[in-house]
Amino acid sequence: MTAAETHLVSVEHVVKEFRLSGGFRGESQIVHAVSDVSFYIDEGETLAMVGESGCGKSTVGRLILRLAEPTGGTVRLEGRDLGALDKTQMREARRAMQIIFQDPYASLNPRMNVYMIIAEPLIAHKIYNTRAETENRVRELMSLVGLRPEQINRYPHQFSGGQRQRIGIARALALNPKLIVCDEPVSALDVSIQAQILNLLCDLQRGLRLAYLFISHDLSVVRYISDRVCVMFLGKVCEIAKTEEIFEKPMHPYTRFLLEALPKPNPHARKEKKALLAGEMPSPVNPPPGCRFHTRCPKAGEICRIDEPKPMENGGRTVACHFPGA
Amino acid sequence: MLEIERLRTHFFTSRGVAPAVDDVTITIPPKSIVGVVGESGCGKSVTALSVLRLVSSPGRIVSGSIRLDGEELLTKSGSAMRAIRGDRISMIFQEPMTSLNPVYTVGRQVSEAITLHRNVSRAEARDGTVEMFRAVGIPEPEKRFKSYPHQLSGGLRQRVMIAMAMACRPELLIADEPTTALDVTTEAQILRLMKELETAFGASIMLITHNLGVVAEMCDYVYVMYAGRIMEQAGVFELFDNALHPYTSGLLGAIPRPGGGRRRLFNIEGMVPSLLGLPRGCRFSPRCERAVSRCHEEEPELRGVAGEHSVRCFLYGGEGGAVS
Amino acid sequence: MADFEIDAAREVTYDESVSKSLREMLRKNKTSAVSLVIVVLIRAAAAAAPLYLKYNPNKHSLKERFAAPSAAHWLGCDDLGRDQLTRLVYGARISILIGLIPTSLSMIVGTFLGLLSGYAGGRTDFWIMRAADVVLAFPSLLLAMVVSYTLGGGIMSIFVALSAVSWAGTARVIRAQAMSLKEKEFVEAARSVGVSDPVIMFRHILPNCVPNLIVLFTLNIPGAILNESSLSFLGVGAAPPSTSWGLMVYRYKTYLMSYPWLAIAPGVAILIFVLAFNFLGDGVRDALDPYMKD
Repeated sequence: MTAAETHLVSVEHVVKEFRLSGGFRGESQIVHAVSDVSFYIDEGETLAMVGESGCGKSTVGRLILRLAEPTGGTVRLEGRDLGALDKTQMREARRAMQIIFQDPYASLNPRMNVYMIIAEPLIAHKIYNTRAETENRVRELMSLVGLRPEQINRYPHQFSGGQRQRIGIARALALNPKLIVCDEPVSALDVSIQAQILNLLCDLQRGLRLAYLFISHDLSVVRYISDRVCVMFLGKVCEIAKTEEIFEKPMHPYTRFLLEALPKPNPHARKEKKALLAGEMPSPVNPPPGCRFHTRCPKAGEICRIDEPKPMENGGRTVACHFPGA
Repeated sequence: MLEIERLRTHFFTSRGVAPAVDDVTITIPPKSIVGVVGESGCGKSVTALSVLRLVSSPGRIVSGSIRLDGEELLTKSGSAMRAIRGDRISMIFQEPMTSLNPVYTVGRQVSEAITLHRNVSRAEARDGTVEMFRAVGIPEPEKRFKSYPHQLSGGLRQRVMIAMAMACRPELLIADEPTTALDVTTEAQILRLMKELETAFGASIMLITHNLGVVAEMCDYVYVMYAGRIMEQAGVFELFDNALHPYTSGLLGAIPRPGGGRRRLFNIEGMVPSLLGLPRGCRFSPRCERAVSRCHEEEPELRGVAGEHSVRCFLYGGEGGAVS
Repeated sequence: MADFEIDAAREVTYDESVSKSLREMLRKNKTSAVSLVIVVLIRAAAAAAPLYLKYNPNKHSLKERFAAPSAAHWLGCDDLGRDQLTRLVYGARISILIGLIPTSLSMIVGTFLGLLSGYAGGRTDFWIMRAADVVLAFPSLLLAMVVSYTLGGGIMSIFVALSAVSWAGTARVIRAQAMSLKEKEFVEAARSVGVSDPVIMFRHILPNCVPNLIVLFTLNIPGAILNESSLSFLGVGAAPPSTSWGLMVYRYKTYLMSYPWLAIAPGVAILIFVLAFNFLGDGVRDALDPYMKD
């Protein structure tokens, strides 16, 4: 466990299941949202979580922040098991980990002005004694994220999407966190605004030595911002590797399909016969036995239907596939 | 085939008139995919709704002409327009969940679209629907006929929407951000399907999107819109190889690209102007790095530069007006 | 029309104080200002009644039974020959109290229970909602009578009785609202920075329920006024000879065909009062709505 203690965050065999109380007959079903996921994040690095909707990437982010309780497994922050902390200790630990949300409209309370939104973490943790000190800090945060401090009394609806996202970032920075979970932070934004926010996130990371867990479905954004990438499919990790390695030499068949499917902003790269993933996403209520990807995988052999491949580490890369790179 | 000429659709709000679509001319030739790209608020969706005459109050088509095979649509009566919608021109939307009625089966909804425009029996409509489901790649079409929208995945729902849109073999399909709500692998499937349908049915597609990747993969010809105006138009290869307008090249520079590493992305400073307070001169001038004083004074015309490439910028084309 | 967003940021600074918002509203929203004046006038007229009304509200006069409106009796006289205008003004005292106090009480209780129920969920939710079901299922008049009798009659007991029967509706509405609001990302954001549950309930969820509360409030006032009349009729409300608008409508509706003015006058009084509150409510809602601050 000594290795785990050196990481900023380590996630060990985490499981999350939701119970769906369903139907007329009232039988409940279990959704296997996250099944035995392990990875780590180091200080100052960006780990991207990639996958399609329903793969559990957002749930993983919430499990780290304890916005949801894991059904099993351990999340450690600087070696400390978060599950073993009491309420007060957890409140303290929370200061080190913050989140930025996808929807800059839903994530800000429409009835609070910018001051109240950004000051909320400061007030909740009683960081300052006077309103003047708090307000100073709020103004400082606003200029840090590129907002004009004189707009401190405005309400969220008076800002554009990109500016609202900056407000959310300022709120996340208020307590000087070490990790920020970015849950699709730019997918709701226009291209030109997206670039502004990505640049801001990069600058902040450099200046404040932040670590990001960058949850995204957009591989071009991921390629730009992340140091390492973790690809998930239906609650399982497929592959974790350095960004260049993933993009240049994907080992897991699913990763390859993801890369191939991405529309490339270059008409000369058009392919009439792209290899497309066939079929539909299996249900997380009844995940396929064996490798969860085998029903859609062209490379699947007999063993994939029976035996679930374990994530294997090899030269800093982790791949969960019986036929990696095949 | 479809000619939109000098279209102006304005919104008459309590705070003033917002020119959401301002003097827009778009031509969609037969059997082609034409892209309309821009950021939110540029007027691309309003343009699409104007073609179907579905702009709702306080919006109104102020002037211009929209012709389908030479037939003027703007003077058609309400019932004549309804007969065209879903038959000769149909539309698919971004969110397939909200565009399908949750209380009817998808089969019934598609059959109804057919019986509405074709004088066929219910059994014939049903067969047509199943055939259409098969054409758009819905597995087990007979079984899916009886499914309710919530029982289908996002990708399947979008296929149902496409089946409904294509059911009457329209000449023009307007697709408003058809894949924005979908995952990448599903997006790729839907895009391929649309391309195949274009070839198989000979329909033209007006593809409205903010995603330049989608444009590069799909379109033959592209219009770039900004604040209600067309800023640049060109064939797809020309546009990506030789983007002239600072806005277009800014958009292209803002996309993270492979091989770029961690270099800073190109920033278009500021944000899209409010349609109620448009800047003087060129609408992009306040955000433009290359703006000169003239850009803040008068608005450039859309001018041809080479072949089918036109651009609305003083830096290029015509009149010896190049200020470089 | 997602493609159409006029809402660019504007250059104004705002004071966040509620009282300033309300003053602003009265200045800008003429209907609200007029409504406020009407409510205040009715209340003042009722309070100052003995100073300017020449009749005794309870003095019978057989000669003047069912007298039609005239210069002497502007609104005529009732079945016992009492001056209708005088009774109307005196009746306002009880009706305004009945309209406002039990409504406010029940809404405070209902809002708190609804918030708790919706936000906490689980067991708390279960028990609060079962209690609400009981109250809603029980004939409200009967329940009010029981409460009123138990407390020994009088105006205070009516307040409590009317509150006891009407909190459940508010609790239901606010619970539903709280349940949907607690799933919002801004609530999750607050939780992620370590904000405590009571603070989330009162700072994040409650302010977003304000529009519903105002609608409920204006809807509940006429109900309370009319419920009071039933209670009075059954002998547990305003004790005769004192009166209220509700009781007047109730008593005089028998004479609607022969002496229509008797029931119409208090009816119109209730209408004006409730309308004034509706407009005032709209104004308050807009004044507190951040989206309206442009």
